[in-house]
Amino acid sequence: MQQSLRVRPSDVAVLPSADLGEQARVARRLAEPKSNGLSLTIRGLRKSFGDNDVLRGIDLHIPAGQFVAVVGRSGCGKSTLLRLISGLETPTAGSISFGEEARAEDIRVMFQEPRLLPWATVVANVEVGLGRGRVQPDAKARAELALAEVGLKEKRDQWPSVLSGGQKQRVALARALVSHPRVLAFDEPLGALDALTRISMQRLLERVWSEQGFTAILVTHDVSEAVALADRVLVIEDGRVTHDVSVGLARPRRHGAADLAALEGTILGYLLTENQTDE
Amino acid sequence: MSIVETLPRLRTFRVPRLSGLTQWLVPIAILAIWQFVCGAGYVPSRVLPAPTDVVIAGWKSLQSGELIRNIWVSFWRAAVGFLIGGGIGFAFGLANGLSRLSDKLTDTTLQMVRNVPHLALIPLVILWFGIDEAAKLFLVALGVFFPIYLNTLHGIRTVDPQLIEMGRIYGMNNRELFRRVIFPGALPSIFVGVRFALGIMWLTLIVAETIAASSGLGYMAMQAREFMLIDVVVLSILIYALLGKLADSASRLLERLTLSWHPAFQKH
Repeated sequence: MQQSLRVRPSDVAVLPSADLGEQARVARRLAEPKSNGLSLTIRGLRKSFGDNDVLRGIDLHIPAGQFVAVVGRSGCGKSTLLRLISGLETPTAGSISFGEEARAEDIRVMFQEPRLLPWATVVANVEVGLGRGRVQPDAKARAELALAEVGLKEKRDQWPSVLSGGQKQRVALARALVSHPRVLAFDEPLGALDALTRISMQRLLERVWSEQGFTAILVTHDVSEAVALADRVLVIEDGRVTHDVSVGLARPRRHGAADLAALEGTILGYLLTENQTDE
Repeated sequence: MSIVETLPRLRTFRVPRLSGLTQWLVPIAILAIWQFVCGAGYVPSRVLPAPTDVVIAGWKSLQSGELIRNIWVSFWRAAVGFLIGGGIGFAFGLANGLSRLSDKLTDTTLQMVRNVPHLALIPLVILWFGIDEAAKLFLVALGVFFPIYLNTLHGIRTVDPQLIEMGRIYGMNNRELFRRVIFPGALPSIFVGVRFALGIMWLTLIVAETIAASSGLGYMAMQAREFMLIDVVVLSILIYALLGKLADSASRLLERLTLSWHPAFQKH
């Protein structure tokens, strides 16, 4: 991990607005790609819960540093795929391998719920993300850097209960980022947020991803979010990958742009036609 | 902006600030009425002595050293019994909340014992321990065991499983998971158990000291009854009330210190 978290106080104010400075920063970072993500290879992956076959054979290669979005209707197995990748479940058959030896701290998950410890201050919650490193003397300093990265440095000593939903999710993001993961899996992390907060969180995700270069896997039911953020969109239906769409649009992408909308329409078309054949 | 500024001002009309003295207004009023009713002769002093008489009786027994000795004996019994019973209850609550095996082995037995009113054991306890200290400690410990056991168990079982999963993902070992997630999550429920237990502690002690004792507040009240010293009887009842209030305040203070993260304990 060569690139460490950087404190740029200007970002704190910039976050909610889509100004040109932010876009220029994202573009500049993309010009010098950092590849410290892990590649991911999945072969013949199956998962059943009793008689219920949730995943029925997934073969997939994700190159290091790619931003992949997984979309599908609810119950299609997309969250199970994510739980398998992050080691929360064990596969019934098949394998998941990372390009290199992965430490526990290299793979992190962010859930739909923030899952913050209500009895720990914001900064102590972020420290939890350090894994084994949380007993080291620099734990607090690293946690503070991660908090600054998501623009919440001034909330460090607050209890989570006083934060808004979006702020809690940013603390959860800081906790996931603080160990400099090489694979970051998102399980609908923005699903419970209001529309405006979602958009600013999407920008934040894109920014930290382009800065840190981890491999990102975003499970979402929101196709517009998937095409706005991802390099590649996987459509999962009935436990299989039915479509693998690469998104070649330049970053940063603007919400509501015509090419995004067209792609979103195509993917929604896939989902809806499959929906109809199902009925 | 002007609207925002006027809002807090509107609110002060609705909620006047309460000072720390407010909670004592009702007890003081009751005392005043009591004094008036007795002083004016509406209630004979054989039935209920005036507060001033109680204060005088208190002063007398304070001077003889008897009051302090009895309070100390009762307080010691309450505290030691509470620590023993509460400690064992807490230990069983932890063990059964964390280990399936321990739960299977002991919970059914404990639930059966729980349904026996512990004061029903007084005759047996007197036969076993006489009217010695051990008898009182045993009863108090038995009484406080169950609320602490049940609430510790409940607290541990109801810790948010999503938080436990989060802790595991972030590489916490069992000890760390307990210290950072399970114990703090169970603490509000444990405090509920402590406050229940404090009530049961005084109740048990009063009954035990009234029936079988040679010292303590309950004994003092029973002795006074023999000699028709009704002011001393009322005095010991009032001291019980005061001690109960003190114990409750102490547990509230502990709650406020350890649960400051909880929205219910935050100042607004």
